[in-house]
Amino acid sequence: MKKMGKKEEENGNPYQNVDRSTALQEAKKFHETPLRPRLCSETCTKVIYLANQGEEFTTTEATDFFFAMTKLFQNKDITLRRMCYLTIKELSKMTEHAFIMTQSLTKDMNGSQDLFRPGAVRALCSITDPTTLQSIERYMKQAIVDKNTAVASAALISSFHLCDKAYDVVKRWANEAQQASSSDNQMVQYHALGLLHHLRKRDPLAIEKLVVKLSRSGLKSPLAYTLLIRIAAKLLADDDDRTALFDFIESCLRNKNEMVVYEAASAIVNMKNISHKEIAPAVSVLQQFCGSPKPALRYAGVRSLNKVAMKHPSAVTACNLDLENLITDSNRSIATLAITTLLKTGSESSVERLMKQISNFMSEISDEFKIVVVEAVSALCAKYPRKHSVMMEYLSKMLRDDGGFEYKRAIVNCLITIISESPESKELGLMQLCEFIEDCEHTSLATRVITLLGDQGPLCANPSKFIRFIYNRVILENEVVRAAAISALAKFGAVPALTDSVLTLLLRSMVDEDDEVRDRATFYYHVLKLKDDKLNSQMIINGLVVSLPALERQLSSYLEVCPEEPFDMKTVPVMAVKEEVEKQATASKKKEPSRDEIYAEELSRIPDFQALGPLFKSSNEQKLTEAETEYQVSVVKHTFLKHMVLQFNCANTLNDQVLKGLSIEVEGTDGYEPVSYIPTGELVYGTPGKTYCIMDLPEDDEVCASSLSCQMKFIVHDCDPNSGDVDATGYPDEYVIDDIEISVGDHIQRVLKPNFPASWEEVGDEHELEETYHLSEIGTLEEAVKQIITFLGMQPCERSDKVPEGKVHHVLILSGVYRGGHEILVRSKLVLKDGVQMQLTVRGTDPTSVAVVASAIA
Amino acid sequence: MTVDPSLYTVGGVIILDNDGKRLLGKYFGDEFPTLKEQKPFEKKIFEKTRKRDDEIVLLDGQTICYKTNVDLLFYVIGSQDENELLLSAVLNCVYDSISLILRKNVEKRALYHHLENVFLAIDEIIDQGIIMEIDPNNVYNRLAIRSEDIPLSETNLSQFLERAKEEVKWSFFK
Repeated sequence: MKKMGKKEEENGNPYQNVDRSTALQEAKKFHETPLRPRLCSETCTKVIYLANQGEEFTTTEATDFFFAMTKLFQNKDITLRRMCYLTIKELSKMTEHAFIMTQSLTKDMNGSQDLFRPGAVRALCSITDPTTLQSIERYMKQAIVDKNTAVASAALISSFHLCDKAYDVVKRWANEAQQASSSDNQMVQYHALGLLHHLRKRDPLAIEKLVVKLSRSGLKSPLAYTLLIRIAAKLLADDDDRTALFDFIESCLRNKNEMVVYEAASAIVNMKNISHKEIAPAVSVLQQFCGSPKPALRYAGVRSLNKVAMKHPSAVTACNLDLENLITDSNRSIATLAITTLLKTGSESSVERLMKQISNFMSEISDEFKIVVVEAVSALCAKYPRKHSVMMEYLSKMLRDDGGFEYKRAIVNCLITIISESPESKELGLMQLCEFIEDCEHTSLATRVITLLGDQGPLCANPSKFIRFIYNRVILENEVVRAAAISALAKFGAVPALTDSVLTLLLRSMVDEDDEVRDRATFYYHVLKLKDDKLNSQMIINGLVVSLPALERQLSSYLEVCPEEPFDMKTVPVMAVKEEVEKQATASKKKEPSRDEIYAEELSRIPDFQALGPLFKSSNEQKLTEAETEYQVSVVKHTFLKHMVLQFNCANTLNDQVLKGLSIEVEGTDGYEPVSYIPTGELVYGTPGKTYCIMDLPEDDEVCASSLSCQMKFIVHDCDPNSGDVDATGYPDEYVIDDIEISVGDHIQRVLKPNFPASWEEVGDEHELEETYHLSEIGTLEEAVKQIITFLGMQPCERSDKVPEGKVHHVLILSGVYRGGHEILVRSKLVLKDGVQMQLTVRGTDPTSVAVVASAIA
Repeated sequence: MTVDPSLYTVGGVIILDNDGKRLLGKYFGDEFPTLKEQKPFEKKIFEKTRKRDDEIVLLDGQTICYKTNVDLLFYVIGSQDENELLLSAVLNCVYDSISLILRKNVEKRALYHHLENVFLAIDEIIDQGIIMEIDPNNVYNRLAIRSEDIPLSETNLSQFLERAKEEVKWSFFK
């Protein structure tokens, strides 16, 4: 016994021996007369302590305790009663008999003891559900406007909690909340504003009125100010044409309270379309924060400046001196943020010094900040290509340190960007990544690196040195990584000097226990064994480029119909390369079906298009009307093997008209002949509709680009915008819209060739055509490259779409697939001389398509 | 990043001792619904904060304002988009209220002794994530602590005993 006492003393925890059953047994004290309030409230404390430690009470235990507690309401001790309220709130979720307290609590809530009332209101609302809420509604309304501010606050926040469960009931209390919002008490004002905003959330006009009114009358509570700033900022984000709101936020920068000033500053710097002039006062406030003795203030200031630096680096330059002072801040978070901000705003010369500083305490900061650092480095690499080697050094050091998946992924992403952008760092970077995968626990990162090695490694001066690293993975890793490693190995095998050694390695994997690994090894082994360059390029290096969902669909329909003819790969639409390269480092979102997939799905539902075969390519949407006209039309061109479907998306902006039988008539030109039309049923105001036109493609394959004039025909029925009644008699009308432009690009699908030279040789010069053009009106190489890509609609390879600065000649290489599945490769040599001189070499598997492309630019 | 205007601002209040053991842990919102999520998080923040008194850190997407004193660590957490100064104001209110309750003697033993009033104080400051009060004096006054709860003589006596114990301990070391 004595020993126990001593132990307790050492720990200083009188509750450490308390457990559920002893605490609950003590509830029998509640039945004693006279009641000993001290002991009883101690029992409640024990129960709350246990609940706080995460202890779960069973329903029976909680219910029993509740019943015992009803006795305690006979005692007038204030602390005891409050502990009761607290216990009710803690345990109410664990029993469905909480309602037994309703009567006692209602009595307390309306009683004369002011110290009971606020607690009673909150406890009562915590055990109330929507059905019983009606019975206390009257009391709640009174409580909201009670002159006892604690009661009013309690009622307001309880109402706020109840909104989740009983929005419709609480909505009726808006008038009382409005009244409370003009209270003199700071907290009541804050809570009333919060509730009012919540109740009027769906009515932006009412909220705007509320904000304007309160901002004029002036608030007392800093918390209410911060809330009001947030509400105003939200309104501004939806519609930035509200100068009064912006002025209000700006005026808060001069508030006496730091919390309010900071809220206003961060609201301003987070606004989307903010000008330099508007942001300046907010930045200078944040700058002042950086010099504060309070860490929270410095942290807040530098964190916001860091965000500003991403969008408006020049606005932050003025703070550089203050930021320099924070580099050595004892709070590592502040120091890191200061350095990364400086990296964004500082000059090239300071980069190395800052990087050195930061690597001193990289191990002490959390992953969130490490990612911030990597992002800053990433941005620097884009800005100062000359610093690549320095950055590479730091990145590889970071890669060797400990860190979570997100952190490592950010580094790998950054390294990959450097490798693809700067040829001189390529080999070094690849070696760093090789070392990384030696000890990488994240499968997705390992496969990503291995695939990259497979693509880039064989192009290096001495590819054999990578093989050891990759083969180690085959021996040591899980099946996913092994499979990726086999594919990468095969790519090395396509280098003639290495073929034999890779064959030996693949032979070993042909007995792998995993099906996928074994299949890949066997397949690649047999392909490589033939030592046929053409086959290698087709099967290994450049791989399959069809769209996988489409392939699946085609195969299943093939199996249903005719299994006699062999399956033709060319009927499968090729995979469209995404036109905008996705921003790296953004969190990977759920994979959505590509735009082409959506169109294919949509079109396949319309029976008239069944006979046209599989969809080859869908163009971008092209607008055929001005933005402000009464009818809005745009067109999407869907190319099939022998036809083109024009999909017109129409919208009617007049609310007093309904258009029926709408179709768009196209005038046939250059062999493009309309075959049939599918009109819309009716086009009502506000709901867009679609109409289609099927066209034959020109017999003469060499004609490709054209421009088609068209006209919209429909029957107008007047209608009443209010009642929606439509006039039965209509009159026909016409409407002229812009011409539809058809270019070569509509017949070509973009395809990325990872190894262009191999494909170039594979296709051969059988159908090669060469043309020389003079593009006199184009002034720069970048401009020429951009125009050629959009015109031909082909995929630039090997990053040849980027013209190095200061060069006067450039080679652009493009690849694609022509309608019908014919491969097309283009090499275009550009020289800057009196405009741009271009020598275009086109190779392909089909003579007509080569001719079309070669003559396209004129 | 714009914060949705709402009264729900605070993500949690935690008090740990110098072994990282929880004395009080209240979480609001759905970031840490059960002990399973709470315990590892507490362990993490404890590791991160016990050595350095930085007052503010960002961890697992949560802004954490904290304060250490003798053998106690006080934390207020909130979303990383939350106004850091607001969280820091709440932390100050929590700390100062407790300091008033414990008569400036903020340490583990005293806190256990007055656990009941500490629970009540936290409840007066935050209600399910909504700030109820940020003025420690208001909080303290609302508690209406029983006058006989902390008899002056009792504090003096316990302090005296404490000091005597220290003296004895030191005499042993000498």
